Amino acid sequence: MKAILTLDNLASGLVTTIWTPVFVAIFLAIIAYAFWPRNKAAFDEAASLPLREE
Amino acid sequence: MVSGGVFFQRESAMPQPSISKTMTTGESGLALVFAVAAFLCLIASAKALDAPFAFHTGLSAAASLAAVFFIINRYYDRPARLPPAEINGRPNYNMGPIKFTAAIAMFWGIAGFLVGLIIASQLAWPALNFDLPWIQFGRLRPLHTSAVIFAFGGNVLIGTSFYVVQKSCRARLAGDLAPWFVVLGYNYFILIAGTGYLLGVTQSKEYAEPEWYADLWLTIVWVTYLLVFLGTIIKRKEPHIFVANWFYLAFIVTIAVLHLGNNPALPVSFFGSKSYIAWGGIQDAMFQWWYGHNAVGFFLTAGFLAIMYYFIPKRAERPIYSYRLSIIHFWALIFLYIWAGPHHLHYTALPDWTQTLGMTFSIMLWMPSWGGMINGLMTLSGAWDKLRTDPVLRMLVVSVAFYGMSTFEGPMMSIKVVNSLSHYTDWTIGHVHSGALGWVGFVSFGALYCLVPWIWNRKGLYSLKLVNWHFWIATLGIVLYISAMWVSGILQGLMWRAYTSLGFLEYSFIESVEAMHPFYVIRAAGGALFLIGALIMAYNLWMTVRVGEQEVQMPVALQPAE
Repeated sequence: MKAILTLDNLASGLVTTIWTPVFVAIFLAIIAYAFWPRNKAAFDEAASLPLREE
Repeated sequence: MVSGGVFFQRESAMPQPSISKTMTTGESGLALVFAVAAFLCLIASAKALDAPFAFHTGLSAAASLAAVFFIINRYYDRPARLPPAEINGRPNYNMGPIKFTAAIAMFWGIAGFLVGLIIASQLAWPALNFDLPWIQFGRLRPLHTSAVIFAFGGNVLIGTSFYVVQKSCRARLAGDLAPWFVVLGYNYFILIAGTGYLLGVTQSKEYAEPEWYADLWLTIVWVTYLLVFLGTIIKRKEPHIFVANWFYLAFIVTIAVLHLGNNPALPVSFFGSKSYIAWGGIQDAMFQWWYGHNAVGFFLTAGFLAIMYYFIPKRAERPIYSYRLSIIHFWALIFLYIWAGPHHLHYTALPDWTQTLGMTFSIMLWMPSWGGMINGLMTLSGAWDKLRTDPVLRMLVVSVAFYGMSTFEGPMMSIKVVNSLSHYTDWTIGHVHSGALGWVGFVSFGALYCLVPWIWNRKGLYSLKLVNWHFWIATLGIVLYISAMWVSGILQGLMWRAYTSLGFLEYSFIESVEAMHPFYVIRAAGGALFLIGALIMAYNLWMTVRVGEQEVQMPVALQPAE
């Protein structure tokens, strides 16, 4: 397959490649959410949720 | 154990205001659907092109009629008002379907381990197939894998998920008939799949052997399962959705996607069991192992991790070591697992880059699996002493250790050069069983040991001593099994690739088969020990349910009655 830059190639290349940065960005956002200092208290409480039920 | 009275304890002690009793839309609708289904199955049975299909449609007609009677009888037996969602401000949990799954999981477990022992013995002593087509290795092997994974494991997952989602959401299970439809329908699928294998009905896709009609039925059941689970989460009184529910939800959703992706097939006739899969050639192989590996990832891993995240904290009476880590563990697993499938197709017609992709993602899976293992083990911080006194907790913790071990081994085996030695050998079987017996088996046993006293309102188990016996006998069995298969597998791999100084293969294939014999005997012995452990467990759980609360001693480490 020759690498000719057509609009078609560019579009399909972009669509197949874009997932990598998008997924990496989403995953980094999840890590930020997990470590966000303001969320700490809520997570600490959630960690003992099974022990609090009735 | 499967007698009505054990499962159906009605909340009829409350005074009932007099309201006129009518069938719900669900009751009348489902009864009608089953009546029509019985009729259609009967026609299909009469027009069937092959004997197994006639048998399965006939069985389905009978089962549909039984379902109609079940629904109508249940209607006449129940009070006018459906069970309330709450009694005196406390959630009125629905435990009936969970009791059913706990009992039938134990039954399927023993059946599956027994069939495993039979086929292990057939490999050691081939004469044991008695030249009967129904009990050939090729038919019993999918019976074994389906019985232990989908029947035993599946019932444990459905049962524990229904328990955990109710308790951690502080809400009664959604639906009235729907939870029963899920547990009974799922087990009916198992029955059709299992009898099909014995009769030679298979679409020959590993771990996806059931034919088109069983697949369609499972789709209906599984979507209902998803709706019951989501419906309960939506009704929740606890604002936060606990991490175990995330894992259960990932398991339910992904299995639905995998099942639909791997199984599109065109039946030869609507009145016959045979079908042809829509995918062709290497696409079929790729779909198959995308399915196969993610069944490992989302059925055997995500689902049982949900059990780990609920039952270990509960049993150890300690909070989860790091809730942050559990969030990262969850999402890392979701993002990575789905790409790992191609490592099942190294050195095949699959494009090379796809194989490398599968290998790379498999190795990255070390991160979430060890993150999860550390999180499970460290939850015992401050409660390590309980491992000495509580064999149930020990079982749960050892399962996590096996999880760590087998998910270290798996990525290593996915490396192409390692795979060139390990693939098609018994090493794979050893690897799978360290995960299946050690991780999935032990975490399920631990969960059932916790669950049975909770849902039957017993103060504790009948005997912790028997749990201890179960633990050590089964552990010994696993060690025999996996070490025999490691030695056997590596020996096999090395024999296959050994060349003489003249460049000829040093061993014929049959010589490598002969060399396996002692290891096959040791493996069968290991399987026998594992089965004995499960029989001890079944006795212990049976006695826990049967013996009244007064007779049961209450050791210090046990759960208080709820």
